[in-house]
Amino acid sequence: MISRTARLAAAAVAASLALAACGAGGRPAEEDGGGATGGEAATASDVGITETTVKVGGHFPLTGVAAPGYADIPTGAKAYFDYVNANGGVNGRQIEYVYKDDAYNPTQTSQITNELVLQDQIFAMLGGLGTPTHSAVVDFLNSEGVPDLFVSSGSLLWDQPRENPNTFGWQPDYEVEGKILAQYLAQNFPQAKVGLFVQDDDFGRDGEKGARQYLESQIVTVQRYTPGNTDIAPQIAALQAAGADLVVGFAVPSYTALSQLNALRLNYKPQWAYSNVGADLTLVGSLLARFSEGAITDAGLLEGVISTSYLPNVTQKDNAWVQLFQKVWDEHGGEGELNNFRIYGMSQAYTFVSALQAAGPNPTREGIVKAVESGGKTFEGPWLAPFRFSADKHGGIAGVAVNKITGGTVTPLTDVLVTDNGSAPITPVGTPPSTPTANGIPDVQPVETG
Amino acid sequence: MTQQADTPQDTEKDTGQPAAPARAAAPAPRPGRFDAVRRRLPKSTFARHALAALGGLVVVFLVLELTNPFRNSQFATMSYYAIAAVGLTTLTGLNGQISLGHGALMAVGAYTTGLLLGPDADGAALPLPIVMLVAMAVTAVVGVVVGAAAARLHGPYLAGATLALAVALPGLAIYFDEWLGGEQGLRIAAPRPPDWFSDAVYFLSANETPGVKYLAYVGWITLLVVLLLMANLKRGRVGRVWQAVRDDEVAAELAGIRLGRTRVIAFVVSAACAGLAGAVLAVVVRLAAPSGFTIVLSLSLLTAVVLGGLGSFTGALLGSALLVFLTPTVTNLGTSLGLDATAAAEVAPFVYGVVLVLVMLLAPAGAVGVLRKLWHRTRGNHPGSSTRRSA
Repeated sequence: MISRTARLAAAAVAASLALAACGAGGRPAEEDGGGATGGEAATASDVGITETTVKVGGHFPLTGVAAPGYADIPTGAKAYFDYVNANGGVNGRQIEYVYKDDAYNPTQTSQITNELVLQDQIFAMLGGLGTPTHSAVVDFLNSEGVPDLFVSSGSLLWDQPRENPNTFGWQPDYEVEGKILAQYLAQNFPQAKVGLFVQDDDFGRDGEKGARQYLESQIVTVQRYTPGNTDIAPQIAALQAAGADLVVGFAVPSYTALSQLNALRLNYKPQWAYSNVGADLTLVGSLLARFSEGAITDAGLLEGVISTSYLPNVTQKDNAWVQLFQKVWDEHGGEGELNNFRIYGMSQAYTFVSALQAAGPNPTREGIVKAVESGGKTFEGPWLAPFRFSADKHGGIAGVAVNKITGGTVTPLTDVLVTDNGSAPITPVGTPPSTPTANGIPDVQPVETG
Repeated sequence: MTQQADTPQDTEKDTGQPAAPARAAAPAPRPGRFDAVRRRLPKSTFARHALAALGGLVVVFLVLELTNPFRNSQFATMSYYAIAAVGLTTLTGLNGQISLGHGALMAVGAYTTGLLLGPDADGAALPLPIVMLVAMAVTAVVGVVVGAAAARLHGPYLAGATLALAVALPGLAIYFDEWLGGEQGLRIAAPRPPDWFSDAVYFLSANETPGVKYLAYVGWITLLVVLLLMANLKRGRVGRVWQAVRDDEVAAELAGIRLGRTRVIAFVVSAACAGLAGAVLAVVVRLAAPSGFTIVLSLSLLTAVVLGGLGSFTGALLGSALLVFLTPTVTNLGTSLGLDATAAAEVAPFVYGVVLVLVMLLAPAGAVGVLRKLWHRTRGNHPGSSTRRSA
C-alpha cells in the first residue's frame, strides 16, 4: 500500500519534471514582446491589413428584440463598402466588412468581439451598436490597441480620450441634441407647460440635462420609464394630470409608439417632441401597427411631431446624398428598401472611408486614430454638422436641425445648429451643406501626423 | 423534464472523471481491461477525485497553451456556463428540483463581483479569489431565501417561482441604478495575471499569459475545484440523501430524511455554484448588465444540462460546450455557404432549436445517455450491470 502511494508520488514528480523540461524553465532576462504592431513591411502595415484588403468588424443586434431597424444598419454599411470596392477600393485595398450578431446582449458582444479581434483579426471596429453592449468591450478594444471608430450610440461614454484613446463617438450625443431641441422649444413655445418623458438611464439623463438648460422654468413634471416595462399608462396619465401641453420625449422607438397609444387612449393631445432616436417614421409606424394589433396602420399619429435630424432623411428624394445612397443600394444592396437605418450605416461607412484615406497609403491602427483626431473635423459627408474630433475630444457630430413631421416626411424648422457639451452656446453651423463627390467616394488627403 | 425518473442506476452515474473506478462495495468486480490501472488508484474517493482533477488540470494547461487566444476566450466563456450547469445538474438531476432562475443567481454573483472589483483595474481592494468567494457566499445567502420558498413547492410551481426570480431580479439593477449602474450595468476591470502566475506558466510552456488566457485559467481552475467538490458530494452521504429524496419522497421521509432541509441545502449548494459562475462571467465579460441576465440565460443553462444528459457532470460540460461553440460554428458555416451575415445570424437560433427538438425526440437521456448506450453495446453487456462508466 505504502509502496504504491510512493510509486504514485514518484510518477507525479517525474511527470511534473518532464513538463518543466519541455517548458522554458524560466524567463530569459528582460525580453521585449512589444514588436507586434511594428510597421516594417511597406504594404501589410498592421493587423487586419494586407496589400489588397482591409478588414473591419462590427457588432449589431441581428436577432432578438432590438433587431427591427438596427439590423438594417450593417446592411447599409456593407452596401456602401461593396460600392467602394467595385470602384477600386481605398488605395487599392478592398474593404472586408465582417459584422456579427450580439442580440443586444453584452455577454454575447464580449464573445463576438473576442472573435472579431482575436480570430478574424480585424484592423478596426466600426459602428458597434448600443450603450450597454459596447460598454462591455471598450476596455478590451483599447487595451488591445484596436481603433474603436464611430460607436452607434449617443452616450457620452465614447468621448473619454484619456481613458479610451482609441474610442470615437459618431452621432450627436444626447446632451447636445437635448440642448438644441430645448432651445427651439423654449423660443417657440414660451408659454407651454413642459413635461419630460425620459428613459431611466444615461440616454434619458443626458437628454434631460441638455433640455433643462433651456426649459428649466417651464418644466412641470418629469416622468421616467424603465426599459422593459411596457406599462407606461401611469406616466402618461401623470403628464396629463400635471397639465403638460408640450411633452419632450427621450425614448426609444417602441416607447415612442407606446406613449402615442397611451395618450390616444386617454384622449391626451399635447404637442409632442421626440429626440432623433425615437422618431423614425417607418419604424415607429410599424411598431404602432403591431402594438395596436392593426387598429393603427401607419405613422399618422406622428403628424405634427417635432424632432431633430443630423442626416438626410430617406423621404427627401431630391437630396443629393439620398440620391447617391439610393444608387448604392440599388446596385449593391440586398433585400428590402433603402431606409434611414441604412442611410445611417452608409454614412458611417463613408466616414470610415474618409478616415482610412486620411491615414495614408499604408495605414496603421495608431495612424488612423491620429488621423481622425487631427483631420476628422474637416471630413465632409452626408452629416449635417461637422464632427468634434481632436486630440482631447472624441465627440461625434456637433449638432442637429430641428424639424417637424408632416405628411409622412420631415420639414426643417431651423437651420442646422451646433453646440458642445456643458454651457457652450448654440450657433448656426455656418457652412453650406456638402455635396457628394462625382464618384460618391470621399477624397480625403492623407493627414500629416507629426 | 422527465429524465430524472430515468432509471435506478442513475444513482451510480458517472462522476465526470474519466477512468472513474468501480465502487469498492461492488460485490464481484468482473475482470476488465482497466483493472490493472484501477488497482493502483488510491482507495479513498476524495484522493481518486483529486487525482482526476489534477489530470484535468494538466489537460487544461495543455489545451490552453496550444490553442490561440480566441479559443482561449471561448474556453473562458465555456467555463462559466459549465460551472453554473454543474450546479444546476446537481440540483435538477440529483435532487429533482427544477430551477429556471439560475441566470438570476449568476447575476447576484456577477454584481457582487462588480461591486467589489470596481471599474478601475488598480483600484481593486481585494484579490480575485477572495472576491469570488464573497460572490459565492452572497449568492448562497440568496439561495437560502429562494430555497426555503422552493422547498415547499413542486414541479411546475417551483419552475414558476424560480422563473419569477429570473424575470424580477435583473429589474432590481435598473431600479437601484445609482448603485448598480442601471441599464448600462457595472463596468468591471479585468484582473491582470499576478506575476507569480505568469512566471509559472512561462516556466512550464515558454508562453506569455495575456489577460484572455489568464481568465480562461481562472475559469477552468474554478470549474475543476467545483467538479471535485461536487463529485465528492455526489458520492457521499449527502448525494445519496438527495437522490433518495428525488426518487421517492415518502420512502426518504420514512427513512428519517428531513425533506425540507435536504431541498434547501441542495438549492444553496447549487446557488453557490451559480454565484461562482457569475463571478467568472463578470471578469470574463468585464460587465454586469441586466441585459446579460435575461430569462434566456436561465433557459440556456437548463437546455445545456438537458442536452448533455441530466444529472451527469460530463453532460453539463458537453452542454455548455454546445452553448459556446454551436452558434459561431453555424454562423460561420452559413456565411461560408454564401448567406449574408444577417441571415447566417438568424439561422443559428433555428439550428439550436432543431438540435434541442431532435435530442428530445431521439435521445431523451441526452448526449451522455447516447454515449453510455454505445459503450454498453460495444462491450456487449446490458446497461446497468456494470458500475464502470466513462462517458
